[in-house]
Amino acid sequence: MAELDTSSGGGHKKGPGVKKGKKLSTRVDLTPMVDLGFLLITFFIFTTTMSQPTAMKLILPDDKVKPEEQNKAKESGALTIIMGDDNHIYYYEGQLKPDASNFLSASYNGENSIREIIMKKKVQVRSIARDPSDPEKDLVIVIKPSSKCNYKNVIDILDEMSINVVKKYALVDIFDIEEQLVQKSDANAKSSSN
Amino acid sequence: MGRAKLPRKSTNIDMTAMCDVAFLLLSFFILTTKFKPSEAIAVETPSSVSSKVAPNKDFVLVTIDKDGKVFLTIDDKQKRETIANSLNATRNLGIDVTAFKNASFVGASFSGLKSFLAISEENRKGDQLPGIPCKDSTDNELIVWMQVVNEAYAGAKMDLLLKGDNVAKYPAFKNVLTAFKRNNIQKFQMVTNPENAPAGSELYNKSMSGEKQEN
Repeated sequence: MAELDTSSGGGHKKGPGVKKGKKLSTRVDLTPMVDLGFLLITFFIFTTTMSQPTAMKLILPDDKVKPEEQNKAKESGALTIIMGDDNHIYYYEGQLKPDASNFLSASYNGENSIREIIMKKKVQVRSIARDPSDPEKDLVIVIKPSSKCNYKNVIDILDEMSINVVKKYALVDIFDIEEQLVQKSDANAKSSSN
Repeated sequence: MGRAKLPRKSTNIDMTAMCDVAFLLLSFFILTTKFKPSEAIAVETPSSVSSKVAPNKDFVLVTIDKDGKVFLTIDDKQKRETIANSLNATRNLGIDVTAFKNASFVGASFSGLKSFLAISEENRKGDQLPGIPCKDSTDNELIVWMQVVNEAYAGAKMDLLLKGDNVAKYPAFKNVLTAFKRNNIQKFQMVTNPENAPAGSELYNKSMSGEKQEN
């Protein structure tokens, strides 16, 4: 296929004095060309973006509902997650104690990750559930982003809700006292890492 | 003993067919590659496990860039015209309706809208524009924008998207949420990059057992 027919057509002989030219093979080695071809293919396969952006749904609560009509969360099933500056994350279970002794620090991934904490909380809520048909009924996760945290942190935590299949969660404004606690803890974390 | 000589076979393989296939694939990939259109507003979106593909037509998109500046994109040209007309009528802005109709996004305050529209389309870059003022509840022009958009879409289905940058601060996001809530918009979607559910998590186990993700 990759060669041309170079033999002179038919048996027409040249004169006796005429020397025959040396026949050169026209076979071309295509291997480098194939190499190049596949190199380019790999390049285009890797640079082609197949992934389309996805969308995450969020439904906001109605602010106009009066506080007394709002759902109350049980203390035993409540977990509050607070996102701070510089990817710091804090949580407390139930209500924040006045001495802030249950205000603990966690991380987004790795050791002591927020996922483990949510999973632990789920197990705990299940163990004390009274309604066997819906054991996770009491679990409510309250998400309080501080003013220092960034958009990615908020999305990560909302994503964590769908990863851990948490049915009830709320994005709530942070209280001043919590904001101060976060600032203090952030400052502590910064000075200890330096 | 005379042994029968095996005829020596040539080790030359004909590469032509392989070459053909390679280049066929190559041309396929070259032709199907779509280069990312250079975006006027540079935004790096976070990733989520959500598997729902973001709508790519008839959407209203609010973008928050890394400095917390807010931009508004309305996909439908017809709606843009309606919005420009109603803005001119209610707020007496005197903006050029055709220019507004052709602008791919809005990124200026009402007072600066005229000079914003005077900039040519290719020179409108997110990092040089002021964005829609959306600092706090008293100075939040996005509330007005969302109201006008809501009116323009009255009765029709509106896909409201929010696209935020990884490093945008939470207050910027909160101010946008305030603008949505003020207009009784409780449902919207956030644009993210797809990501797989981490192995071992509950969602991962669910999807492995064939349960459909609900969202």
